[in-house]
This record gives sequence, structure tokens and C-alpha cells, in this order.
Amino acid sequence: MWYYIQGVMALALINVISVVGLSIFTGFTGLFSLGHAAFIGLGAYTAAICTYFYKINFFVAIILGGLMSGLVSLIIGFPTLRAKLRSDYFAIATLGFGEAVRVILENLNITQGARGLPGIKAYSTFPVVLVIAIIIIFIARNFVFSKYGRMAIAIREDFTAAEMMGINLFRVRLRSLFFSAVCAGIGGGLFAHYICFIQPNMFTSIQSTLLTAAVVAGGMGSLTGPVLAALIFAAIPEILRVANMWRLVAYGFVLVAIMVFRPQGIFGYKELSINTIKGFFKKKDPASDLTKGGAS
Amino acid sequence: MFFQTLITGLAVGGIYALMAVGYSLVFSILNFSNFAYASIIMLGSYIGYYCLAKFGLSFPVALVVTMLGAGFLCFLNERIAYSSLRKRKAPSLYFMISAMGTSIFLENMVYATIGSSFMAYPEIFKQKALHIFNSAIGVLDLFAIIFSFVAIFVLHYFISASRTGIAIRAASYDSLICQINGVNLNILIGLVFVLAGILAGISGIFLGMKYMAYPTMGWITNKAYIAAVIGGLGSLPGAVVGGIILGVLESFVSVYISSIIRDVFSFSLLILLLLFLPAGLFGRYLEEKV
Repeated sequence: MWYYIQGVMALALINVISVVGLSIFTGFTGLFSLGHAAFIGLGAYTAAICTYFYKINFFVAIILGGLMSGLVSLIIGFPTLRAKLRSDYFAIATLGFGEAVRVILENLNITQGARGLPGIKAYSTFPVVLVIAIIIIFIARNFVFSKYGRMAIAIREDFTAAEMMGINLFRVRLRSLFFSAVCAGIGGGLFAHYICFIQPNMFTSIQSTLLTAAVVAGGMGSLTGPVLAALIFAAIPEILRVANMWRLVAYGFVLVAIMVFRPQGIFGYKELSINTIKGFFKKKDPASDLTKGGAS
Repeated sequence: MFFQTLITGLAVGGIYALMAVGYSLVFSILNFSNFAYASIIMLGSYIGYYCLAKFGLSFPVALVVTMLGAGFLCFLNERIAYSSLRKRKAPSLYFMISAMGTSIFLENMVYATIGSSFMAYPEIFKQKALHIFNSAIGVLDLFAIIFSFVAIFVLHYFISASRTGIAIRAASYDSLICQINGVNLNILIGLVFVLAGILAGISGIFLGMKYMAYPTMGWITNKAYIAAVIGGLGSLPGAVVGGIILGVLESFVSVYISSIIRDVFSFSLLILLLLFLPAGLFGRYLEEKV
């Protein structure tokens, strides 16, 4: 039983790693990506190929996977962010990018195409994943509270005003994208060594949407919110094994319901702490969540 | 060979154009990309399948039922998922998330209830091909092309000549001023979604006849999206031209270069267009307002 719970927790934490990265990009910088599954896929394939064909050390391979994703994110991010596309156009551009990457993965020789890459060694045990997840969350937290994080929040709130204050939109956004892509790549590398078999079909735009869903459901502008949402999203289908078919139906429903009833997400801009939990039980002005802002 | 490729491209382009017009119609009013449209097309395809295969309706009746059914679903989609956002004047990003949620919901609802198997339509148009200028064109393709263009033309006439059409065009320029001049925007937007849904129904039933109906068939609407971007989002003539251009380009790429590269080509085209020509051929680029 403990073994089983460990497995589920490892998968959930792998999900958390990618979601934390995306939370920096979507929740804190205010840009939407519908192609982050491509970064996960790139990380997964890079890491898997490194350990499978070249027998490179697992941790080095994971980092290489992250760097690969980061590098590719610069390739797509440089022109699109420089052009200052409207945020929905940017989202569409990433959607196109994600699909293109998947088709390329399906047709390369080294990835063995659509058949997938079987027989990857299962290095991603629960302790390994836990330690990496904690490190990533810690880095993300520091990122948010750093100068760059504050710049990113300023851009999210009002990019015209931020630009007038002398913030370089392009550089801050690219930095966030790079960070989120590296996280996604590391998550992908761990995923590949957890599930032991990867194929391009695993990294479709639906996967990207689910990542975004976790960030939105958890709260844009909160780190712990998306982390919690990712854990819940990964744990619920395991609890409701029988209702597996309905899992994604529920995802979609929750997503629409959150947009309609609580667009700031479960946690809004708040972080999970003792004060927030106290705040839930206090009466409060419902408008204050929306106007407050900032990562307090 | 050249002519054959052109005809194949036109046949695909006609359906792309139909879907792209539906996309653009919604975009022109609400200024967001309605990702749920793919699922409406998919559901339209299923409605058509059930009408034809299970209830044994004749094709014209089934077509009308599908159009109405998809129109109603699209209307419902707007009322449930978008109208409250609209009243709150939420940023377009929230609309997109809501649309994605609807899309996931509907697609997996079909998985959970109907199942993932491919549904083959009964054969309505015989697998016969007409021969024009040394090249073959399927009867279904020909009918799809003609019917798509008739539908688009009717819509165009409706939008350019009728009073309601004028209101729709006015609202796409400035919804606030349009409201001040006595247009009930709530009803108008509902109508736009019904129109888009009707187009979704038509393209759904044709796609179903051509490729069968299955839950993830909405994927093909990504192409319609690219077509809409080529023509300029929000521009209806642009969507038609974009659909045809994309259909023809794709069939040329798959014949003369490689069919594997086709999708990569389309998506790269999308990114390049967004970068260098975000307004497309006929559209206007709106700066994002804070």
C-alpha cells in the first residue's frame, strides 16, 4: 500500500514541478501558454535519450533535459515575445508550436517516432522527486520575491504602466518563459524515468491545457495554490479509479465553473499559510481579493 | 497532377473556410478565440451521424437537424460559459480558458458516454468520381464545396444586407456605441453564436461523411484557426480566402514535398503569420487594452 501511495505521490509531484514553472509564466507574468506540453516532451525525450542511448548519469540527463527545453523556449520566445503579440495571439502561437514539436518528435529517428521509447530505467523514485520538487518550489519562491519577480508581477498587472516605469517587457517575459520551460523540461525528464515509456502522444495540447487548468484553478498569482491544485488534480483520479472516464469531464467542468464563479482561482493572489486559512473563516469583503494584487 | 492537387486542395479548403468563418464570426464580436468551437463541430458531426444512421432520416432533413442542433449547442455554450464573463467585462484570456474548459468537458463527455470508437456514416453519396480535365473529383467533395460556398454566400448576404447583419457589423466595430444606438447586445451575441453553430453543424456533417465521426475530430479545427489567421481574425471574407489558401497550400505541400511535413508547415505558417502579419490579409490588428 505504501508503495502504491509513493508512486501516486511521485507522479503528483512531477506534475507539481511543471505546474510551478507554468505558474511563474502564467500566474506571475500574465501570459498564457497552450504549448507547455511540448517543453515537457522535449525534456522527457532529451533525458530519456541521454540515459537510454548514451548512458549518461540520471541527474545530468535531467538537467540536460531542462536545458534543452529552455533553449527551445528561447527559440520560440525570442520572436513571439519580441513582437509583443496580444496575449491571445501569443497563446495561439504556442499552441501551434506545441503541435509542431509533437509532429517533429513523431518523425525523428532518434525518438523512434510514434512507436515511442520503451525500456527507460525507473530512476524517479519518490525521494528523488520530492527533493527536486522542493528545490524547484524554493527557487520559484525566491524568483517571485526577487526583483525579477516583482517586475513580472508589475507586467501582469499593467504592462503599459510597467513599461513606462522602465521595465523591459521582452526581457522579463523571456526570462519567465525560460524558467517555466526549464521546470517543464525537468518535470518531463522525471516523468520519462518514472513511467519508463514515452511516446509523442503523451504531450498533446490537452496536456498543456491541463497544466494551465491547474494554474488557473489554483489561483493566478499564487505559488502554493497551483501546487495544491496540481496535487489534487493528480490525486483525485487515483482515488476515483472507477470514474476514470469522467475525470477529464470534471476537469473541464471545474475550469468553466471557476471562470464563471471565481475567476481569481481558489486561492486568488494569496499564498497558503496559517493566515490565509484563518482568513477563510472570517467575513470579508469579496471585492478585496480582486483589487489587492501582488504576491502577499 | 497539378490540377488534381488543386481540386483536392479546394475541397479541403472549402470545409476549412466554413469553419474559419464560424471562428471569425465569434472573434469579430467578442474578440477572443473560441476553442470550444472545435467541440461544437464534433458534436455536430455526431448529431448528423445519429440522424442518418440511427434514426434513418433523409440527408436534407438530417442536415437541417444538425444545423439547428449545433446552433443550439453553440448558443448554450455562450450562455453558460461566456455570458457572465461578458457582463463582468473580463479580459479575453478568461474567455479563452472558459472556452478550453468547455472544449475539454464536451470532448470527454463524448468519450465517457458514446465512447472513442469511430462512427462511419452510411454511404449517401456513391463513391463515384466525376472526371474533369483529366482529374477526378468525388461527388461528396464537389457537393461539400458547393454547399460550403452557398452557405458562406447566404451568411455574407445576411450580414451585409439585413438590419440584424448591420447590427452585427456595428457591434464588431464598437459594441458600446452599438448598444447606445439601441441594439440589444445580449440577443445579438446569442444570434452570432447560433449562426456560428449552424456553420459548425454543416462542417461537422461534411467532415463526418469524409473522415467519420470521433471524439478528437475537433483537432482539425486548428487548421480552420490557421485559416482564420491567414485571412485576418474577425474578417469573414478573409476567413474564406484563408481557408482556401490553406487547403490548397497544404495539398501542394503534401504532394510535392512530403505529407509528413504538412502539419509542421501549417503550424509554422501560423507562427510566422502571427509574427509578421498579425492582421492577416484582410483583418485589422487591435492593440490589447489594459
